[in-house]
Amino acid sequence: MIGPPQKMAWLALAIILAPGPSHATEIVVGSKKFTESVVLGEIVAQLLRSAGLEADHRRELGGTQILWNALLRGDIDIYPEYTGTLIREVLADETIRDKDELRNLLARRGISMTDPIGFNNIYALGMKKDVAARLAIHSISDLTRHADLVLGFSNEFMDRSDGWWGLRRVYNLAHRNVRGLDHDLAYRGIQSGDIHVTDLYSTDAEIQYYDLLLLQDDRRYFPDYQAVLLYRSQLAQTAPGAVPVLARLESAIDEPVMIAMNAGAKLGRLPESRVAADFVERHFGLRAAAVDETATRRLLRHTFEHLILVGVSLAAAILVAVPLGVLAHRRPWAGQVILAAVGIAQTIPSLALLVFMIPLLGIGGAPAVAALFLYSLLPILRNTHAGLRDIPSPIRESAEAIGLSPTAKLRLVELPLASSGILAGIKTAAVINVGTATLGAIIGAGGYGQPILTGIRLDDVGLILQGAVPAAVLAILVQGLFELLERFVVPRGLRLRPAA
Amino acid sequence: MATDLTADAGRTTVLIGPSGCGKSTVLRLMLGLIKPDDGQVLFDGVPYNRENTQALRRRMGYVIQDGGLFPHLTARNNVLLPAKYFGWKAERIRARLAELRGLTRFPADALDRYPVELSGGQRQRVAIMRALMLDADALFLDEPLGALDPMVRAELQKDLREIFRGLGKTVVLVTHDLAEAAFFADVIVLMSNGRVVQASYAGLGELARAPAEPFVTQFLDAQRTVLALEQRSP
Repeated sequence: MIGPPQKMAWLALAIILAPGPSHATEIVVGSKKFTESVVLGEIVAQLLRSAGLEADHRRELGGTQILWNALLRGDIDIYPEYTGTLIREVLADETIRDKDELRNLLARRGISMTDPIGFNNIYALGMKKDVAARLAIHSISDLTRHADLVLGFSNEFMDRSDGWWGLRRVYNLAHRNVRGLDHDLAYRGIQSGDIHVTDLYSTDAEIQYYDLLLLQDDRRYFPDYQAVLLYRSQLAQTAPGAVPVLARLESAIDEPVMIAMNAGAKLGRLPESRVAADFVERHFGLRAAAVDETATRRLLRHTFEHLILVGVSLAAAILVAVPLGVLAHRRPWAGQVILAAVGIAQTIPSLALLVFMIPLLGIGGAPAVAALFLYSLLPILRNTHAGLRDIPSPIRESAEAIGLSPTAKLRLVELPLASSGILAGIKTAAVINVGTATLGAIIGAGGYGQPILTGIRLDDVGLILQGAVPAAVLAILVQGLFELLERFVVPRGLRLRPAA
Repeated sequence: MATDLTADAGRTTVLIGPSGCGKSTVLRLMLGLIKPDDGQVLFDGVPYNRENTQALRRRMGYVIQDGGLFPHLTARNNVLLPAKYFGWKAERIRARLAELRGLTRFPADALDRYPVELSGGQRQRVAIMRALMLDADALFLDEPLGALDPMVRAELQKDLREIFRGLGKTVVLVTHDLAEAAFFADVIVLMSNGRVVQASYAGLGELARAPAEPFVTQFLDAQRTVLALEQRSP
C-alpha cells in the first residue's frame, strides 16, 4: 500500500518532525482522556514543578493503549494507571498473582510502579435508581431477567478483555441491544432514557448527580482498580529528584477526595489545573503554580498549534503530490499505481489512521501531521494529474514543435496551464485538513480539537464551541486565502472569459 | 502501403485530400512529433533520431488550426517564447518582433492581449509570427485558415502567400479546400487512405487532364464549382 515515494516522504517527515534533543530535565506526564486521569496528571506535574523540576503535562491523550505505548516508547515519562487495567488489559497474556509479580513484569519492560495512591476506582455498572427500583434490579445478575434493556458502554469497555466480553460470559447476559459510545455521552444517554445501563467508574462525580445505582458485582467479576503511577524506570537516573516526588502521592488521595475533585472539575466546571492546585495546597501546603491560562492565550495557543498541524502537513503534501502528479501524467502505468495507492490511503478512516501512526511516530504533533499529510495527497495529486491531462494536445504539440525540452515544456506551458486545477486541489486539501486536524487532539497534537475533546468530556457546549467555531472560521479564511492566491498564481489569460 | 514524399526546398507543397486521408499525420511525421512505424523521415537530408529532433525543430515553424497559441501568455509572449527560450538578446528580439509585425500586418496595440481577447484572424497572425520568430527554414501549416470566416480567410490567404514567396521558405501546408490548395501550391499532393495518389507540379489542370486514377476525378468533381472558377481566371 505504501510505495517507495511515500516511504521517502515518511522519512522526510519523520526527520522534520522528530523533536530535537529534548530538555534533559523535562519530564513529560501523560493522562488519559477522562477527568480523573487529567486531574491526577495535573497534580503530578504541579508537584514536580514545585520540587523545582521541569514538567510538561500532555493531557487527555486517549485510552490505555495509547498511554501505555507512549510510556514504553519514552514519549511520556509518567502516567496514572489502575492495577486492574494492567492485569486484565495491558498484561492480559501473563498470569499475575500478586503485586510483586506485577512489579517484576513491569520492570522487565523498563517500567516502575508506585504504591497505590489511595483510592480504588473499580469498574461498575450503573442505572437510574428509579428504573432499577421499578424493575427490582439490585445486582448485575438481576440483569439476566431483563434482556430487553439497552446497554450503552464506553468504547474502551466494549473492546477490553476485562470489559463487556468477559462480563457477558461470566453473567450469561443475552442482551442484544448493546452500543459503544463515549463514556461522557453515556451519562446523557442514561438521563434521556436512550440507554438503561452503562459502565462507570466508582469515583465518577456523576453517580450522585444523576442519581444512579451501582449494581452489585455479585459474581466478583471486576478486579481491584487501585490507582498507581507508572513511570519509566530510567527516570531514577535522568531525573533523580522525580521519584521521591511521586512517592509523596502514595496513600495521599482516598475515594471521597477523588470523587470531590472529579465533581469539582466536571460539575463545578473548574479547570483541572485549579482543582489540582487546590489539592496540592491543601494536602502538601504548597502554593503550586497553577497555570491559569486566560481564554485569549488559550485560543492563541490552539490557533498556533492548529496552524502548525495544517501548515506543515499541507506544505509537505504539496511538495510530494505535485511532482507525483507530474510523474503520474508522464508515465501512465506508474500513474495508475500511484493514484490507486493514494486513493486507498484516503479510504482509511481518519481516527484509525491517527492511531496507526502511533507505533511509527509516537504521540503528539508528528503522527497527526503524518496522517494529515496522507489525507492531503489525494486531492492535490488528482487535480495535478487531471490538470495536465486536460491540456489540449494541439497546445502540447505546439510546445514540442517550438523545440522546448520536456522540462521547459512543463515549466513554461504545462504547469501554468494546470495551475488553476492544482490550486483548486490544494484548496480542497487545505479545507479538509483544517477540519480533520481537530481529531489530532486525541493523540496529543493539540489544536482546536483540544477544547472540543475537553468539552465533550465535561459535557460543556461552550467549550466545544471554543474549538468548533475557530476551526470553522479558519476553514473559511483558508478558502478565502486560496481564492485570493488564485489571482496571483493563475495567469490572467486563463481567467479571462472569451470575448463574446 | 508505402508513401514516398519530398517537399522541395524553397517551394510550397500543399497536401490535400478528404478528411481522414492521413495528410495531418504526414505533416506531424515531418515535424518529428510522431515516429513512423516503418521507414524514415529526413530533414535537409538528415534522418530524425532521439538526439537531433529537438535541435532540428529550431529550423521549423508549426502553425495549426486556430493557432495553437498558449492561452496563459499574451500575443507578445507567445511570439517571443522560442527566442527567449533559446536565449536571444533583448535587442535582437525587439528588432525581430518589429519585422514580423510588419510582415503579418499585426496591430501593435493587440500585442499585449491574451489569445481569448483576439479575433480568429489575429490569432493566426500571432501563430505565424511565432512560427517565423527563429527564422525557420521550413514552415508546416495544418489547416491554418480552417477556422476563419470567408472574408478574413481570403485576406489572410493573400498575406500568407506574399510572406511565403517573399521569404523563400520551404512550406508544407495541409488543407481540404481545393481553391486554397490551388492558390498556394507550387506542388499539389493529393492523398487518400494514407497514401499519395498523385503529385502535380502544374496545378489543378494537370490533375483534371491526366488523373492517375479514378479517385482523382471523383475528388475534383466533388469540388467542381472551384474548378469552374479556376478555369475562368486568366
